[in-house]
Amino acid sequence: MTLPIDVARRSFLQTTGISLGSMALQSLLAREGRAAEAVSPTGPKWQGVLQPMHHTPKAKRVIWLYMAGGMTHLETFDHKPKLAELHGQAMPESITKGQQIAQLQGQKLNCFGPQHAFKQWGQSGQSISEIWPLLGSKCADEMCIVRSLHTDAINHDPAHTFMNTGSMIAGRPAMGSWLQYGLGSESDSLPGFVVMVSTGKFGQKQPIAARQWHSGFLPGEFQGVEFRGTGDPVLYVGNPKGVTSKRQRDVVDAIQSLNGLAQQRLEDPEIATRVSQYELAFRMQSSVPELMDVSKEPEHIFDLYGTKGGDGSFASNCLLARRLAERGVRFIQLYHRDWDHHGAVKEHSAGTAKEVDQGVAALITDLKQRDMLKDTIIVFGSEFGRTPMAQGNGRDHHLAGFTMWFAGGGFKPGMSYGATDEFGYHAVENRVSVHDVHATLLHLLGIDHNRFSYKFQGLDSRLTGVETANVVKELLA
Amino acid sequence: MRCSGWFTVVCLNAVCLTSMIPGMVLGQGTAKNLPIPETIEFNRDIRPLLSDNCFQCHGPDKNKREAELRLDTEAGLKGHDGKPGTIVPGKPEESELIRRIISTDPDKKMPPAASGKTVSPRDIELLKKWVAQGGRFEGHWAFLPLHKDAAVAVANEQAAVSKVDELVARGLAEQNLKAAPEADKVTLLRRIHFDLIGLPPSEKDVAAFLQDQSPGAYEKQVDRLLQSPHFGERLAMWWLDLVRYADTVGYHGDQEMSVAPFRQYVIESFNANKRFDQFTAEQLAGDLMPNPTREQRIASGYNRLGMMSAEGGVQDKEYLAKYIAERVRNASGTWLGVTIGCAECHDHKFDPFTTKDFYRFEAFFADIQERGLYSGAHADGSWGPNIKVPTQQQETQLAALDAQIASLKQKLETATPELAAAQAEWEKTQIPWTVLKPDSIASVEGVTLTARPDGTILASGKNPATDTYTLAIKQLPPGVTAFRLEVLPDPSLPQKGPGRAGNGNFVLSEFIATIKPSVGDDRPVAISTATASYEQTGAAGDNPYKKWAIAAAIDGDAKGKKWGWAVMEKVGQPHVAIFETASDLTLENGDTLTIALQQNLDNPQHTIGLFRLSATTAPRPVKVTDAAPPNISAILAIAPPQRSEPQLKEVAAYFRTIAPSLQQSRNELAAVEKSRKDLDATIPTTLVTAAVAPRMVRILRRGNWMDESGEAVTPAFPAVLSAAAAPETRLTRLDLAKWIVARDNPLTGRVFANRMWKLYFGTGLSRKLDDLGAQGDWPSHPVLLDYLAAQFMESGWDVKRLVKTIVMTKAYRQSSLMNPALRDVDPYNRWLARQGRFRLDAELVRDNAMSISGLLVTQVGGKSVRPYQPPGYWAYLNFPQREWQNGVGDELYRRGLYTHWQRQYLHPSLLAFDAPCREECTADRPRSNTPLQSLVLLNDPSYVEAARAFAELILHHEGSTQQKLNFAYLRAVSRPIEPAESQLLEKLLETHLKDYQADPAAANELLKIGARPTPTDLPAATLAAWTSVARTILNLHEVITRN
Repeated sequence: MTLPIDVARRSFLQTTGISLGSMALQSLLAREGRAAEAVSPTGPKWQGVLQPMHHTPKAKRVIWLYMAGGMTHLETFDHKPKLAELHGQAMPESITKGQQIAQLQGQKLNCFGPQHAFKQWGQSGQSISEIWPLLGSKCADEMCIVRSLHTDAINHDPAHTFMNTGSMIAGRPAMGSWLQYGLGSESDSLPGFVVMVSTGKFGQKQPIAARQWHSGFLPGEFQGVEFRGTGDPVLYVGNPKGVTSKRQRDVVDAIQSLNGLAQQRLEDPEIATRVSQYELAFRMQSSVPELMDVSKEPEHIFDLYGTKGGDGSFASNCLLARRLAERGVRFIQLYHRDWDHHGAVKEHSAGTAKEVDQGVAALITDLKQRDMLKDTIIVFGSEFGRTPMAQGNGRDHHLAGFTMWFAGGGFKPGMSYGATDEFGYHAVENRVSVHDVHATLLHLLGIDHNRFSYKFQGLDSRLTGVETANVVKELLA
Repeated sequence: MRCSGWFTVVCLNAVCLTSMIPGMVLGQGTAKNLPIPETIEFNRDIRPLLSDNCFQCHGPDKNKREAELRLDTEAGLKGHDGKPGTIVPGKPEESELIRRIISTDPDKKMPPAASGKTVSPRDIELLKKWVAQGGRFEGHWAFLPLHKDAAVAVANEQAAVSKVDELVARGLAEQNLKAAPEADKVTLLRRIHFDLIGLPPSEKDVAAFLQDQSPGAYEKQVDRLLQSPHFGERLAMWWLDLVRYADTVGYHGDQEMSVAPFRQYVIESFNANKRFDQFTAEQLAGDLMPNPTREQRIASGYNRLGMMSAEGGVQDKEYLAKYIAERVRNASGTWLGVTIGCAECHDHKFDPFTTKDFYRFEAFFADIQERGLYSGAHADGSWGPNIKVPTQQQETQLAALDAQIASLKQKLETATPELAAAQAEWEKTQIPWTVLKPDSIASVEGVTLTARPDGTILASGKNPATDTYTLAIKQLPPGVTAFRLEVLPDPSLPQKGPGRAGNGNFVLSEFIATIKPSVGDDRPVAISTATASYEQTGAAGDNPYKKWAIAAAIDGDAKGKKWGWAVMEKVGQPHVAIFETASDLTLENGDTLTIALQQNLDNPQHTIGLFRLSATTAPRPVKVTDAAPPNISAILAIAPPQRSEPQLKEVAAYFRTIAPSLQQSRNELAAVEKSRKDLDATIPTTLVTAAVAPRMVRILRRGNWMDESGEAVTPAFPAVLSAAAAPETRLTRLDLAKWIVARDNPLTGRVFANRMWKLYFGTGLSRKLDDLGAQGDWPSHPVLLDYLAAQFMESGWDVKRLVKTIVMTKAYRQSSLMNPALRDVDPYNRWLARQGRFRLDAELVRDNAMSISGLLVTQVGGKSVRPYQPPGYWAYLNFPQREWQNGVGDELYRRGLYTHWQRQYLHPSLLAFDAPCREECTADRPRSNTPLQSLVLLNDPSYVEAARAFAELILHHEGSTQQKLNFAYLRAVSRPIEPAESQLLEKLLETHLKDYQADPAAANELLKIGARPTPTDLPAATLAAWTSVARTILNLHEVITRN
């Protein structure tokens, strides 16, 4: 297209240049006591309110592999030989008295021995179940396993909300949103907080609410964006039928030019922001498909992940996670919703682990060979664990003790921390709360969780809540 | 353009300030370089900084208070009972408070470094000056009675408007600012249209207003809009955020609940200008009003709008605790604008609310009938008490059907001589049954089987997994042609039986009759056929009979021993099975007949609970279909003269249900009853509040629902807000409502007026809409806020009057244009030297496009609707799995507030424009500006279809291309198009016309988007090119902005 649209658009961009404005940023900065000028004119991206950061960060980004449904710790990462001995016997009442119980309420509580053998892996000799052959053999020495997690919620929905936002009450921002707010984005054509979901074949398909990546009381700009395996990878990112990219460009150009004329007339900075968002939207219409198209990846990468991509599998999402990380996305969360094993925990945990094993091992290996593991945190875990007691031949939800593990980004490699009791029931040694996990992750990202807050309903609300949370120093490299 | 990042809002220039302030974000802002005022006011200048920096450890929470020091009371600040204070009035240098704050000694410095808090130099100056000026203390403004200057008698409308303007002008004068001139008429008309009804003016509305030069022209428009049925819709959008209205339950499976009548109630209440005190009471306690009307019961659904769960494994008590705590957060947030909810686990850090206050507030809601776990609701949609809400038309239809039913029943219940004669004939054809009284009864598993005088046998005691009952009978009528087994309900059985399984069911695996002669071998009695009154069809997936058939009970276990006869769907009722013998059976002397009832299902305890065995010698065939029900045949066995009056009546009544002469009436009745049932199923229901005996509410220590050691409490108002002594009788929700709207409640009126101000200016007078407590925002115009609150209450809580007062002011009618000078001195437009400019709310973005394109269906109220939504968006919902089904016809073009509100997956177009999920009370929607919004407006089929419909309208407008474009602008932004704009769009049109002419397939594809038929009277390429133009216009910032 030629004159006059282009001319009007160019002249608009020239006159406004990069001195675009928006109240939102202005007031966020004002809150931090910083003038807007503090943002370097050469770095116009949203770089977060934490400038400078509280301390030098070890990690730049997080890839959170969220094993939704409540992964059994007893068949995966927390070996309990004693429980095997007690198989079929009543769980001592001293252990279960006054404890929250989910579906086993009012039923007989019998010990249920671990269903899979464990072995020592790698030079570190980490104890990991045999259902993780690739993870164990390739990555054990990268892993920092914490076996003393405990949480506050025993049902999926509030437990997810607690794990992601630090509160069971809906309406708080997810951790990814907090990071957008605090640290900003490194990508100028992709969202800084991306979520992908895969669904396996074994557990109950427990729902995942979009609340889990909502920005809560933080501005909507910081909301997580779901990338989908089918249909438009991002909602509405595809052009309408009959509209080519060129035609869409024409329309966007016309919008920009007309908005530019209004901006010249009114000097309303919100118009300038609108213009920049249309540009970004248009860029996303190509950057997102480009990201999702893995066809140019080399063969050995397909071999490594065990997928050619595009199949919506967990492994495929792992490959996309690496590509997102490369492009500067701050917080990437992959849900695999297949871990709710109320029955047949032996077969189902083996099946679900197989769905996950190669993808996670590939991701760690791949990041390492690109020298990105050092500043990428891998988080692996569930909203809670599962009972040492039998529920038929499965296990029920369990909040008093479970396992998460971390890798890269400043976590100590090849180490184990904390322990549950001999039944695998209570976290007893070096207990770690969900808030402690948040505090530790923030710490590695250069943030003091106590000083990172947002005023909501009068309170300096934090990701780590109102009670004390601690950075688990022992986990840090 | 490389100047932005993802979701980035870019501002590199300090002058780029606007009034387009996302309220939530603005709440964070404090201008650090504002001048220090001449006179320091405690509430404006000092309390916020003490609250922010000190109250956490030296505030209302007694459990977290350090060093026994309190800085939120005058006694704490200035000393009491011989205890020294932390300030010495008039002497900042002697005041410990100031010394500590400016101290450089880390052991003394306050707030301590670990708190992460620092007191700014300006704040220190404020503190010093305040102490120097005498350190005057004031209670927290929002908890104090309304300002004396404000609490005046109700003024006439004009006087109230003038008073508001006078108070705004006073503020401006103090700041040496001037009000902006009045906005141009087009802007004004668009402003009141969006603000009052949420829809743009039509070209005709604009033309008429421009022509009307009369002095009352503007007021006429305001009055017109206040009377519009869309006024209620606009305010409902706002109110529904507060009361967290949604169409789904929110937790776990996020299943649907039916509450649309509540939304309609809100709309109608605002339209009818219902007094706000009445509106309040109906929602909190409509069910407790004397003889509540249907409307009041619908309103009481407010208490039921919170989230609910049907997740297996939910602990009832935990969720009951969650639900009731949410009600405290919601009611205190909606009406009082305070965060009592923060006191659930600990005393409030900043406001004088204790944990006890929280739980006493909770206790008001302890009478609401509810469950913690709505087990099974994911399947049957039953979320507790609800009522039917028929439309007027449905009510009329129901009444007509009921009348028909009554008249038919009357006919069917009337005895006549003709019927009596027919009955006598019929009785002759009936099979007589003899009840068999066994000589012995045995259970293999040792169940207690008790024979009762009427021949029934009841199982009790041990309840084994499987069993066989064996009856031994020595007396039998000669020539038995059939046995009858009745299985009967009994109160002692689960679900009343007739089986002993937990669900009341049983499985009769085999019915075996055997003759045991006194000498010689047993002889089996051959059963030729068996029939039953009902055979279970459910859970029959792998049943070889495809149902739980009686045939399986006489098959000699040919297809497996567990299969048999069962009745799951019809438990709790009597059932009959009849077993025809192959040949007439007569017992010889000394013979014993044994009947074995084998019950072998592997799903345990499916045994029979109560039964009776009979025999007949009537000629074959003897089948259930020919037999009267057991109760009737028992009477028939008695000769008519010996029957009692009730027995006679019972038989006659039964006969009328089968009498051939009444068949037609019975058919008619069945048809009418079916129509009624069908109609009934289409009548919407709505959740309501049902009051029951209040459950006990305890103070839960640290909010822990498992801790039962806390003090039990009864309903009471928060101590700081109510001096009244505890009453003798338990307070109710109605009392709570009355207290909320009591004339001396300092919060409700202020909260309401403040939020109204936000609707009409973009920010509140106190910018924190969700918290008027100590951490809230000192209002820019405290007297004005109090004046509005007082007028609102004094006028009888007249909402429309308050709205009119605000929109009639000069302040409201100002231009929203900003100038650089103003930006510097009043960056947040707190002094109202101009109007606000802000993006339309999510629903209105949609409504506006629908309206411009002519697609909007303006029907008010009704059920929720489903505009286009991307497929698969609900993929991660479960229990059950669901796929969104786009609506049809008008449903696709309704206003945004009617869109189905799915809490976990709100429609992505609404979500992109900051509509809240409504899981909690939302007092203040943020206003973001994101690329996802651009993608919605560019690519969502709703907007593409709207653009095409708009293009059709434009093309049907007579005139040149320029005239068409001008028409489009008049419609979309109510003003003529500028030449530069017209040129741009003409160029786009020309390019795309050529483009689509060369690519007709693409044109057709574009035009097929949406359910609206593609017009045949317009060339496809032309319409497609104009659709590009229309898309461009609908995406303009100006189109989605209210200014």
